[in-house]
Amino acid sequence: MIGINVYLILIAIATLLSTYRVFRGPTAVDRLVAVDIMTTITTGLMVLFALYYRRMIFLDVALVYALLAFGGVIAFARYMEGGL
Amino acid sequence: MGEVSKASRYLYTVIILFLIWLMLTASLDPQEVGFGLLLSLIVAAFTYEIFTTGGLSNLHPRRIAYMLAYLPYFLWAMIMANIDVAYRVLHPARPIRPGIVHCKTVLKSDVGKLSLANSITLTPGTITLDVDDDNYFIHWIWVPDEALTGDEEEHVKVASENITRPFEKFLKVIFG
Amino acid sequence: MNAFTVLGELLVLLGTFFYFLSTLGLIRMPDVYNRMQTSTKSATLGSLGVIAGVGIWALGTDFGSAAWLTKTMAIALFLLMTNPISAHALIRAAYKRGIPLWHGSVVDKYAEYLEKSGGDGETPEGGGEE
Repeated sequence: MIGINVYLILIAIATLLSTYRVFRGPTAVDRLVAVDIMTTITTGLMVLFALYYRRMIFLDVALVYALLAFGGVIAFARYMEGGL
Repeated sequence: MGEVSKASRYLYTVIILFLIWLMLTASLDPQEVGFGLLLSLIVAAFTYEIFTTGGLSNLHPRRIAYMLAYLPYFLWAMIMANIDVAYRVLHPARPIRPGIVHCKTVLKSDVGKLSLANSITLTPGTITLDVDDDNYFIHWIWVPDEALTGDEEEHVKVASENITRPFEKFLKVIFG
Repeated sequence: MNAFTVLGELLVLLGTFFYFLSTLGLIRMPDVYNRMQTSTKSATLGSLGVIAGVGIWALGTDFGSAAWLTKTMAIALFLLMTNPISAHALIRAAYKRGIPLWHGSVVDKYAEYLEKSGGDGETPEGGGEE
């Protein structure tokens, strides 16, 4: 089979591709959507890293990261809506 | 449904919190399980008032059976949604015809409405824009011809038939 | 090499494919609403694939245990519940900021509804969930 390293690199490339919309996006919401997608992909990347380093404790890092990213995106979305 | 007793709501909160603890620690060591149970009892005492309004009736076997049946159905709908998305993204002509449509739901409870909105967002070509009582406003990536009539009632009927109806028959039993 | 590793690796491969689909949708679609349509769904399913795949893959290795599976399932469930909520918050923010629909859009019932109910677009109690 292909091996973990290849998947790590592929997913990292996907994250990089989504930064295109962060820099380019015509409106602020476009950028925020791109950041949301990036954090979702990064969560998957972290879980894969846990398998790569064979440490189960890294899964907790991914869980907390998902939690914080969710809170951050909601806060920014409310801010853009006009009332925090 | 009437007023649910405090004991039932408290017990339901304890059960859910303890299940989450078991999933996160994933060990059956007596020390870990005992401490988790203790923590669940303490945290539930503070949070049961905002955690649930239905109490133990949420764990009725009929509801659990429907929930278990709903999961594969939902996953299948999600995979179909992604094949649909793949077709629209990879097709050179970008076949999209977006619009915001208006649906109505028969669900009553808040949790039911929330899970219906989440299910709609994750399935074929639809994303929930706003919920106001039983009115759902949904951004649809391919609005079919039947939904483009000028008649408001006809439009709501067609849109609800296509978007909310398939999930409601499960969610009505699970959440009421 | 056993059944667990093969199945897990297959799921991770599928998840990676959906990740790429999601970024492609982000780049190709014409306006913010359609970008959200194509990218949030694929990213969620891609995450499910990768995370569940890692859980199953770890079962087939010498260091893996059932704990990997339950913990990855917890992360997957959490993502499955929160991703649509953030998508909903974002698309609402986009609409309330007045970003226009794409010129090829055919219908906008929400604007008609807001006009009829007479408000300026602010519902009093916010998102309505939680």
